[in-house]
Amino acid sequence: MQIKTQLDDLLIHYSSRGRDALLPVLWDIQTAYGHISKEAVHEISHRLRVPEADIYGVISFYTLFHSDPTGETIIRVCTDPSCGLRGADAVLDGICQKVGVQHGETSADGKYTVEHSPCLGLCELAPAALVSKRGEGEVSIGEATVESLLADELGDYHSAAYSQMGILLDDNDLSNLEQYGDYGALRHALDAISPDDIIAEIETSNLIGRGGAAFPTGMKWKFTRQSEANPKYVVCNADESEPGTFKDRVLMEKRPHLLLEGMALAAYAIGSEKGYLFIRGEYPKATKILEEAITDAESANFLGHDILGSGFNFHVEIRRGAGAYICGEETALFEAIEGKRGFPRIKPPYPTTHGLFDKPTVINNVETLCAVPHIIQRGATWFKGLGTEKSTGSKLVCVSGHVERVGVYEIEPGMTLRDLLEKHCKGIEGSLQAVLMGGAAGTFLTPDEIDVPLTFEDLRGIDSTFGSGAIMVFNDTVDLRDVLRRLALFFQHESCGKCFPCQLGTQRQFEILQRSDNPKNGDTDRLRDVGLTMTESSLCGLGQTAASAILSAMDKFPELFIEKR
Amino acid sequence: MPNKNSITLTIDGQEVTVPEGATILEAAKQAGIDIPVICYHEATTANGLCRICVTDVNGGRLLQPACVAQCQADSSVETRNERVERSRKTILEMLNASVDLSEAPEIQEMMSNYQADSERFPDAKSRDHAIIDDNPFYIRDYSQCVLCWRCVQVCAEDAQYTFALTLGERGHDTEVATSFDISMTESPCVFCGQCVGVCPTGALKSKVEFGMQQGLSADEIRQSTRKSRKRKSLNDK
Repeated sequence: MQIKTQLDDLLIHYSSRGRDALLPVLWDIQTAYGHISKEAVHEISHRLRVPEADIYGVISFYTLFHSDPTGETIIRVCTDPSCGLRGADAVLDGICQKVGVQHGETSADGKYTVEHSPCLGLCELAPAALVSKRGEGEVSIGEATVESLLADELGDYHSAAYSQMGILLDDNDLSNLEQYGDYGALRHALDAISPDDIIAEIETSNLIGRGGAAFPTGMKWKFTRQSEANPKYVVCNADESEPGTFKDRVLMEKRPHLLLEGMALAAYAIGSEKGYLFIRGEYPKATKILEEAITDAESANFLGHDILGSGFNFHVEIRRGAGAYICGEETALFEAIEGKRGFPRIKPPYPTTHGLFDKPTVINNVETLCAVPHIIQRGATWFKGLGTEKSTGSKLVCVSGHVERVGVYEIEPGMTLRDLLEKHCKGIEGSLQAVLMGGAAGTFLTPDEIDVPLTFEDLRGIDSTFGSGAIMVFNDTVDLRDVLRRLALFFQHESCGKCFPCQLGTQRQFEILQRSDNPKNGDTDRLRDVGLTMTESSLCGLGQTAASAILSAMDKFPELFIEKR
Repeated sequence: MPNKNSITLTIDGQEVTVPEGATILEAAKQAGIDIPVICYHEATTANGLCRICVTDVNGGRLLQPACVAQCQADSSVETRNERVERSRKTILEMLNASVDLSEAPEIQEMMSNYQADSERFPDAKSRDHAIIDDNPFYIRDYSQCVLCWRCVQVCAEDAQYTFALTLGERGHDTEVATSFDISMTESPCVFCGQCVGVCPTGALKSKVEFGMQQGLSADEIRQSTRKSRKRKSLNDK
């Protein structure tokens, strides 16, 4: 009865809500109790009118939710490539030894659960960890050690950002409203620019989506505005989870108001009054900063009802993801907001007509939205004057691994990869072996390919991509087979399981790479068939790129795949 | 008869005219061309899961699942070429490595059609599950489950609105489950039998069929289902 009363207190906030409140409810209960019990599911089912089986299915989909009891503290250590280079395995094993558990287990005294984690987006502070304390929530830990993770007081971290251009990022901290100042672009737009003209300006600027798919932003907005159905939604995709990627986290921590202003401009342009900011559950610091930013912006009437007396209303709601890379896929993200397992939908129809709640939706990446206020304030012509004809403006990249100075860099497209690594990142640590460009779903480059200019078009020209903006640098001390195993483990862990090629292929790919030091006869052909099948036949972008880095490694480093006779 | 709401396309060199909105699968059927399917069932929502029905449309970068992809006017569809065959063969080989297909004759026939090698993936992790025998009507053997979703769909909005089933876990570990893996008798299941009816493999089967496979006599089968029925009524009290 006790637990029922406590649950009632938690659930009272959701009494008039429907299924779309499921992830927030599950987060509240996960945080309060360390797991979501059968009894809790029963209560939620009644409140939100969602079948118990569906709720259970949702809990078991998201790795930050648990249906079985966990330790009072859950420690997750990232073991993806960039953290792997910086001793993550030793930290994970050290913690396990110290508290007397194997990976994934809870200590006998119920104090600790220890797990390995996919990329936590803190690659410049590798090795990274995420600690969840029952009753308190999550804390991200950079440069984690066994001692720092087991300490009573968990430390904060400071992220580095370097900018040649000073547009999206500079040395100033603009994380609170006082520092950021007026929402000048929004004010100007509401005063003097029609929604259609905003869209025209964005189209003229040639702003290309920064999330990985490189779709023209203005066109997306135009299609959504033209869709007849209402209401319309603006969704910010802040589910950055691609291994090696942390630019959006740094942007949100340092420029929360820039992002909110970009969302408000998008909403004004397409005729929307409601925005969702879907942020991965592994970013507690950015989440907190954004929550405060929304409150402050509402108080200043930059968000909310009748913004600056213009009659335009726009409310932003934050939604926390719960551990699923697939939710960075736009339609899977909609499913998550709607309180479902994060399964990608079949496209078409596209979000511009059938998005969130099946309504016309603009969904943009954090960096894309952050470019918008600058374009509105300084004009499309100014923006087009930066970079190249096809890659306008500035671009954020995240450099991790073997360079002297890791971090987020704002670059002018056209800069070569060599200049970035040798000049701006202060040089390569050791002798370069390979660069993984674009993230786990990107491609490997060899040392003689690094003179490529960093633009959408030049990268495409060598079958590579900006992808998520991740650039992972590996010197010649690195065992690339180990890197490939970590990438394969990542996709095996993150496949949603919906379509057969990816559900089965990520598992088969992982199995073949697991034995790549002692391959079986025919493994190279198997790996290629699995990779091409996933690439050509999977339902969504995850499966279509789950073999991308591995196939490129097969082309560029064939010696890694020689089968012994 | 073509009208303004009809479109014409080419499938394997053959011109076909279909109503706008028709899927490639429907158009191919009309043209007498057979496209293999595993997850697709006329009575359930098509989700494009198995991708066995992929086809090559205009040589595009991605292959298109015939069950959900709509025909495009003047497009050229190839239902069997090198790319299509590689995908189908590899999917079948990977599936065979994970799932017991011994009671799925249609999939086995596909395997021989596409020269799929049943030993292609040695030392692969298979989805082994113990048989669940928790109600008087049917057993569940998820080692034979290909994850076509049909049972979950007919239990939910596609037919029954009972919501006893869900998908649990994810990726290769995905499984059909009840809430917290409770028994069918504890779940909302009303034993309508529709899930058994749409199962394409031996994953769901009636206890009578299961008993017969186990070599039980008619009497023994009757006894086994009665006993479990009695257990159910005791549980209810």
